[in-house]
Amino acid sequence: MKLFTQMLSLISLCFVVSFAGAEPINPILQAEIDQPVSAPPIAKPINNDLKQARNYPMQPPLIPHNIRGYEINLNVNKCMACHSRTRTEDSQAPMISVTHFMDRDSNFLAEISPRRYFCNQCHVPQTDAKDVVENNFVDMEHIMQSDQQNNQGANHD
Amino acid sequence: MIKWLKFVWQIFKRPSVHFSLGFLTLGGFIAGIIFWGGFNTALELTNREEFCIGCHEMEANVYQELQSTIHYSNRSGVRATCPDCHVPHEWTDKIARKMAASKEVWGKVFGTINTREKFLDKRRELAEHEWARLKANDSLECRNCHNFNSMDFTMQSQRAVAMHSSALANGEKTCIDCHKGIAHQLPDMSGVEGW
Repeated sequence: MKLFTQMLSLISLCFVVSFAGAEPINPILQAEIDQPVSAPPIAKPINNDLKQARNYPMQPPLIPHNIRGYEINLNVNKCMACHSRTRTEDSQAPMISVTHFMDRDSNFLAEISPRRYFCNQCHVPQTDAKDVVENNFVDMEHIMQSDQQNNQGANHD
Repeated sequence: MIKWLKFVWQIFKRPSVHFSLGFLTLGGFIAGIIFWGGFNTALELTNREEFCIGCHEMEANVYQELQSTIHYSNRSGVRATCPDCHVPHEWTDKIARKMAASKEVWGKVFGTINTREKFLDKRRELAEHEWARLKANDSLECRNCHNFNSMDFTMQSQRAVAMHSSALANGEKTCIDCHKGIAHQLPDMSGVEGW
């Protein structure tokens, strides 16, 4: 009888553990798909004007400031009011790189190339939102370093 | 009939023969209050957002654009209505602006911007009028709320501090020089200084 109750409690414990550990169907919103979910609070834009390291050499630099209401359309490009070649002296903002003046045949144009006109296609601001999924990106520098260390270890043997 | 008209004319010509000085003084005083009050009330009626967006030209174009900006909706609920930015608060300046607005009545009557296309074609010209007005009065309507002396530079971003503590502080630039298009969309900006 004692053994039976022990077994029963063990089985029920297993059930509880398995249910508690079950992932909700939508892991980002932490809810089942048939449950109404209130929208998460809007994250604050990061506005510290500090350059962030790029994760790889070709990464388009991130925008370290708020861009609410910046118009980029047929009439105006608000970004170019500071980042264009002629405006950087007044604004002290980084100039758009030379690649932005090149057309697809690598000819340099006098002004920003139309194919580079829409800044937000590549450059994005950041917010203080928490990552919804874990980011396990590893910088290639770390890969090279650990590779070298492994090679050195192998040579010593 | 003619006799009656003559009688009325006599009163208007020499009222002091018919009425006492006290009555005329007091009557003039009361009539003055009524007319002046009425004039000011009518003036203030035209100084409300409901009046501005009573015309579809304003309601369908600029008012729609305003609604997505921080001057319409924000965390503290303090908002700017049309006349806060577009009509001076001082009386003499206000009257001058209202007289200039007779051009806008003309535009309404003849439909100069009564379609979206006409409005977009004219937007640069209209925007330039407002830029020139704000430039001339040192962005007075901005400064009615945004007081330079109350700006806490430590609460601003580094870029904002750099600009506000130099060009704005020494009077070289005024608000509208940099903050164009904060409440409405911009026209083609080619050739505008700083763009």
